[in-house]
Amino acid sequence: MSNIMNIAIQAGDLTFRYPSQQEGEGRPVFEDLNLQIQEGSFVAILGHNGCGKSTLAKHFNAILLPEGGSVTVFGLDTKEEDALLDIRRTVGMVFQNPDNQMVANVVEEDVAFAPENLGVPSEEIRRRVDNALKAVGMYDYRRHAPHLLSGGQKQRVAIAGVIAMKPRCIVLDEPTAMLDPHGREEVMQTILRLNREQGITVILITHHMTEAICAQRVVVMDKGRILTDGSPKEVFVQVEKLKQAGLTVPVTTELLYRLKQAGYDLPLDALSTEECAQALCNWAKA
Amino acid sequence: MLKDITLGQFFPGNSFVHRLDARSKLLLLLLYIVSLFLCRGLLSYGLALGYLALAVSLSRIPLKSLFKGLKPLIFVIIFTALINMFYTPGKVLAEFWILRITEEGLHNAFFLVLRIVLLISGSFLMTYTTSPIDLTDGLESLLSPLKKLRFPVHELAMMMSIALRFIPTLIEETDKIMSAQKARGADFENGSLIQRAKALIPILVPLFISAFRRAEELATAMECRCYHGGEGRTKMKQLRYSSLDAVAAVAGILLLAGIIVLRPFGL
Repeated sequence: MSNIMNIAIQAGDLTFRYPSQQEGEGRPVFEDLNLQIQEGSFVAILGHNGCGKSTLAKHFNAILLPEGGSVTVFGLDTKEEDALLDIRRTVGMVFQNPDNQMVANVVEEDVAFAPENLGVPSEEIRRRVDNALKAVGMYDYRRHAPHLLSGGQKQRVAIAGVIAMKPRCIVLDEPTAMLDPHGREEVMQTILRLNREQGITVILITHHMTEAICAQRVVVMDKGRILTDGSPKEVFVQVEKLKQAGLTVPVTTELLYRLKQAGYDLPLDALSTEECAQALCNWAKA
Repeated sequence: MLKDITLGQFFPGNSFVHRLDARSKLLLLLLYIVSLFLCRGLLSYGLALGYLALAVSLSRIPLKSLFKGLKPLIFVIIFTALINMFYTPGKVLAEFWILRITEEGLHNAFFLVLRIVLLISGSFLMTYTTSPIDLTDGLESLLSPLKKLRFPVHELAMMMSIALRFIPTLIEETDKIMSAQKARGADFENGSLIQRAKALIPILVPLFISAFRRAEELATAMECRCYHGGEGRTKMKQLRYSSLDAVAAVAGILLLAGIIVLRPFGL
């Protein structure tokens, strides 16, 4: 058994159905779902729409409570009401639409919102806000109005607003879904840097395969169950399984998969463009 | 086209007036309005005008933008002036058909217009020199004694600042919906008043639905950031009175005192 201290989030036999569903009526969103996330890791949760990935994310900081089973966050059970603020400060959450998660009409005031709620002293808030804005590279925009920023910039401010709580884990629910490719890149770089430099556990919910490749671990969900779970290479070689769940695979894998089906002997686990090119070169030489 | 709407427009700056605490500006405005209503004659109005002129010159707000703020109210001002001119009984100066202009009417109309213009310009000066956030913070702090009476001061301030935050977002959204409806042949410019009002329904319905969706998402996001009401909340920027506020307060009190002294003499 692994050391309990190293587990950031643990879902045990998690069952949940939305209140609008009657008991026994319909299929629950989850049934006996088990998932462990290690502290400091970068986990991508993949799945097509309606597979329950956003609902799962909302269990990680007690926005939703499990109907059966439990969710434990750094040793705290999300069902404990007294621990609610501790849980939410430990696990920060960033949503899809940056416009709908900003409270104030000045960037720095918005970043200060969470520490203000936590009753942090003024000077400390100032320090945290400045550090958070620097960490996402938005310090120069601290006095701007949010509606004048680009999508990627807004989303980085939203991330800063979460970092200002000094969380140990950040859950991002499709943070790049509404962004252009440039904004997507900005946000991904920011997330990766936070994970690498500050050791923050990152759970990225996405349906962009290119983003999932950046993670250390990929969890694929389908119909409220975990379909596969492993490193990106382990997951993406299971092309048929992913396709059955309505997911696409990275273009590199797709290319190698089709070539392989056409009878060429190629490996499937070359995910990056360079690796894929290398694999093709090696094959051509052989 | 809707982007031109300015509500509580703020001109950033670093003048004397800008640096005053939001609370003292709110209190000074109150003092100024009370003074205006105590004015009787030309001299006291002159005093109030001088006070406003001093404040405007200190704020370095261009006069042009103050007048621009008055523009939409011209109709109201003219209307009240005319009503006063024609319907005040007294010594008749001129008479034609059913209209009669009296000396008292002219007198009333003149002072009323002066009062309205001074009042509105003064209020505009405050919103021009105070950021909306400072304004809501100031209001929250000034009204905080009401918390003892269980008046939801924090909630009100929070609602105000969220409303201000979402004005540009919703305007943008309205623009988008209007373009979408226009692209499908909707006509907002022609037809009778009733037809045009009817054309607004396909804009308002999606706007409301999206506003509710936004509200729900915002509430979740706020909860995720540990919002739990005003209790135990701290502020990054604390309101602080400085010596500037003392100077401004003295000026405001002098104005009120001066006008009260002039009042019995009808000046």
